[in-house]
Formats: sequence, C-alpha cells, structure tokens
Amino acid sequence: MYTQGLVSIEGAGGAEEERFQARVDAEERIEPNDWMPEAYRRTLMRQISQHAHSEIVGMLPEGNWITRAPSLKRKAALLAKVQDEGGHGLYLYAAAETLGSSREEMVDALLEGRAKYSSIFNYPTRTWADIGAIGWLVDGAAIMNQIPLCRCSYGPYARAMIRICREESFHQRQGYEIMLTLCRGTEAQKAMAQDALDRWWWPCLMMFGPPDAQSQHGDASTRWKIKRFSNDGLRQKFIDATVPQAHYLGLTVPDPELRFDQASGHWLTGAIDWEEFRRVLAGGGVCNRERMEARRRAHEEGAWVREAALAYAAKQRRVAA
Amino acid sequence: MSVAIAVAETPLVRFLLGRADDALILGHRLSEWTGHAPILEEELALANMGLDLIGQARALYAMAAEAEGAAHDEDDYAYLRDEGQFRNLLIVERPRGDFADTMLRQALYAIYAEMFWQATSRSTHRELAGFAAKAAKEMAYHVRHAGAWVMRLGGGTVESHARAQAALERLAPYLDEMFDGEDPSLAAIAPDVPALRKDWDSAARTLLGEAGLTLPDVPYPQRGGRVGRHGETLGHLLAMFQHLHRSHPGATW
Ligand SMILES: [Fe+2]
Ligand SMILES: [Fe+2]
Repeated sequence: MYTQGLVSIEGAGGAEEERFQARVDAEERIEPNDWMPEAYRRTLMRQISQHAHSEIVGMLPEGNWITRAPSLKRKAALLAKVQDEGGHGLYLYAAAETLGSSREEMVDALLEGRAKYSSIFNYPTRTWADIGAIGWLVDGAAIMNQIPLCRCSYGPYARAMIRICREESFHQRQGYEIMLTLCRGTEAQKAMAQDALDRWWWPCLMMFGPPDAQSQHGDASTRWKIKRFSNDGLRQKFIDATVPQAHYLGLTVPDPELRFDQASGHWLTGAIDWEEFRRVLAGGGVCNRERMEARRRAHEEGAWVREAALAYAAKQRRVAA
Repeated sequence: MSVAIAVAETPLVRFLLGRADDALILGHRLSEWTGHAPILEEELALANMGLDLIGQARALYAMAAEAEGAAHDEDDYAYLRDEGQFRNLLIVERPRGDFADTMLRQALYAIYAEMFWQATSRSTHRELAGFAAKAAKEMAYHVRHAGAWVMRLGGGTVESHARAQAALERLAPYLDEMFDGEDPSLAAIAPDVPALRKDWDSAARTLLGEAGLTLPDVPYPQRGGRVGRHGETLGHLLAMFQHLHRSHPGATW
C-alpha cells in the first residue's frame, strides 16, 4: 500500500548486472556499497522515501484525535502509536539515505509535491472509531504489504521492515481492540464503529494498488525481489483475514456482493471503484490539501529552529577547534 | 453531557490532584505538537516527554482516588471535573506557543519538577515516595533535553535568541506560583516546596545565563491555579480534551 504508484524501470544488461541478479536470485541481501543497477537504486529510493513520507503524513489523521481521546489509557496509547509512526519514518529515511539521497532532499520532494505518499491518509478521521478502524484496517493492510518486504533484496530496507512490522502488528491489535470495545459498548458507540468501517473498508482495499491486469508495476520489481506478491494476491489475503474479524465484531462489511466462495475458500467482493482511487490519488480526496499544508506549515514554522540548531552546532565546533 | 463529579478534597487529595493535573495538562500541551514539530527527531522527543507526564498523571490520580475513597478513577478526575476543579499550576496551561515557548517552559518546569520529586521521594507516603523517585528520573531527562534546546535557541541565531527571550518574558509571571507551599498538615508527606526556590533559582539562572537569556523581574506574579482560578486558555483545552468522553455518559472506551 505504501508502495502504490511505482513505475518500474528496466535495467540495461551487462556482466555486472548478471552477477547482481544471480545474488538476488540466491536470496543474498544487497548492501549499500554493493554494485547495483541504477534503475534498482532509483526504484528503491522512490519506494522507500514514499513509504517514509506515508509514515509522516499518516501521523496527521491520527494526531487529529490525540487531544480528544476519550480516556487517559487511550490517549497515552494513541500518542505512543503515532510516535511509533514517526519512528518508522525515521528508520525509512535512514534506509533511503543509504541509496544516496539526503533526508532534506526527500522531504523537499514531498513538500513540493514531487513525491507521493499513501492516498489513504487523504481521508478524514471524523470520529474516535476512525482511530480503531485505522489501526485495525490501515495498519492491517500495511502489514500484509510489508511482511514480504522483510525479505526484500535490499538489506537496509529489509531490516527496517522487520522492526516496523513488529510495531505495526501491535498497532493492528490495538486498533481492533478499540473496535471491539466500541462494538460491545452503547448503541451510539456501535453506530460509530459501523460508520467507520463503512468509510474505511473500500479505501483500505485500494491500498494494495490497482488490479494486476492494469498494474504498471511488476516485472523489474519482482525480478529484483523487491515485490514478491501481486497487488490482487495481497488484497485477497487481507480480505480473507479481515472479513471474519468484522463478523466477530458484529459489523456489516459495506459490500452487498460480498460472499464466501466454497470452491476457492476465498471471500469475494464486489467491484472496487477505481475511479475514486484515481481521484484521491490525483488530489481529489477530502484532506489532500490539508495534509500537505500541515506538513509545509510545520516545515516553514520550524525553519528558524533548524537554523538555530545548525548555527549553535557550528559555534560549538569553532569553540572546540 | 455528563455532569461534573464532586470531589471530597482533603488536603492530601487536593495535593495529589494538583500534581496530577500539572502532569496531565503539560502532557496534553506537548501532545499538541504531534505531526507539527520542526524536526522529526523532536516529534519523537516531544511525544516521549508527553507520555512520561501522562503516565505520571495516571499514577497520581490513582493515589488521589485511594486517598479520596469515593470510587473515582483516573478518567473521572481527568474528564469529569470542570475547569474550576482543576488544581494545576498556571504555567502548565499556557498555550503551547512556538517551539521556544514550549522548550523554555519545559526546561524551567522540569528543573522544578525534578527537584520536587527528588524531595518527595523522602515522603512518608510509601507509594508516593516510590513514584517520586521514578518521576524525578523522568524529569531529569526533560531537563537535559529541553535544557539543550534552551542553549541552542539562546545561542543559535538572532531570531532564535529573540524568540527564546520573548518566551521567557511570557513565562516569567507564572514561575513564582510553583513555589507556593502545600497545606501544613501534609508536612510529612509533601516536601517543603518554598525551600526548593533557592536551588531552582541557581539551576535556572545558570542555564539561562549560559544561553545568554535574562530572567526578567516580575512586578506582578500570577497565581491561583491551585485553587481553580485559571486563565482563559484552560477552558479551551478542557473543552477539546473532555468533549468526547462527556458526550457519552457512562460509556466505556
Ligand atoms: Fe508505521
Ligand atoms: Fe502503524
């Protein structure tokens, strides 16, 4: 999901590339100082930085409820969760930096609108139940996408993902537990939980990216063992895991065509509205503008702080010298 | 809407609620930075300090509940008291302001709180004494972290220096209140708070001096938080903080 919107670039042959491919095929990890095709480097750089940006922008919709969390326990847990997401951003920027771009350059690309982040964060968090739904569904979908990345051919990315996945699965359980508490609560709480599922279900299915038939990704990323499963395969895994969880909560999945297919053992859904996906990706979501404005404002209002830190460090170095 | 609870405030309950409220309100102010900090590393540090303080508040509310003996819990105290029932210092309810306001307050308050909890670790209230030792360690980290920022801001650029000095001027009227004494009946439980002033003055003035900042003279110090006479900003904070909880009386979250 955090990796949607990638365009693969085919590499250009050669003996070095053959050796590189042989190492990838043998499941060896590629490290920053190893030779790698330029297209591999650029693909990873884009994917990892996009993933990092998603973690950072993703702090905003959940941050929206930290000051209003309904109990001290939930407030502390949510603050810690959003802090984890910031930490994910930090490891991922560090992993991307090993490919030769600085965090400043990557952040500039985001703020100037040249880099993407996951479209899911352009949806608003209207009620407290959205915090439960995000943990359960958005972190849940993220895990489906990210577990295979723990075996990504690029060492620094794979190692960052191992650490991140551990925390994401904690977030997912915590989100589900929020939903469970709401669903066992008052009528108003149950209605809040159902409304959140109604709004987040389809966007979460879109997090896995366009259907395989239309996907421009694929070949090179798959050959390089960056991507190991298809969008549709991961989406189906998510659906199969999540539908029974929704039923356990006593909630209705907002899809009249949803049915269990005995023959394949899968839950089959109705058609996904890819028009909505394209619209939100292109800037037409409820919060696209607010998200970018919030990030730009934090960056601009923080400029004097960063300048002060640099100036002070430079003065300290002069004193030491 | 839930109506406010009535709290049977013995001196001990009032003392514990005051310290819990300090931690909760300051923790809330720090949490307002989430997603908006100037540097990613600071997102994490501000959240860390906020989590320490919210954790401290929860432990203190639990002790207040035990002292009150009225079956109130942490959320009753946090969500179901009205503004006039909050016992926090005025300094912690001041708006988060810019990064200088936040870090100057954090440093000056943390220097005080570390000393306060250090002294409280010798309390005859066993549970409180144990808690205080841990809280003092947490606040020592806040002193280091926020203190380092006071140095950077004071000694960084012309702008950061001016902002830090302006923040200090805004905070100064609220410092005296920190040293108001507790009820005399609590002599064995609470430390001699006014006696902390001397050490605080020397630590705070050392830090500010090294940062090139000057603590202004304050002709009219502000006080009243401990008896529920707050400024205009706490009401807004509580309106946001309490609204969801109060909109669903009796619900479990
Ligand atoms: Fe994350
Ligand atoms: Fe997460």
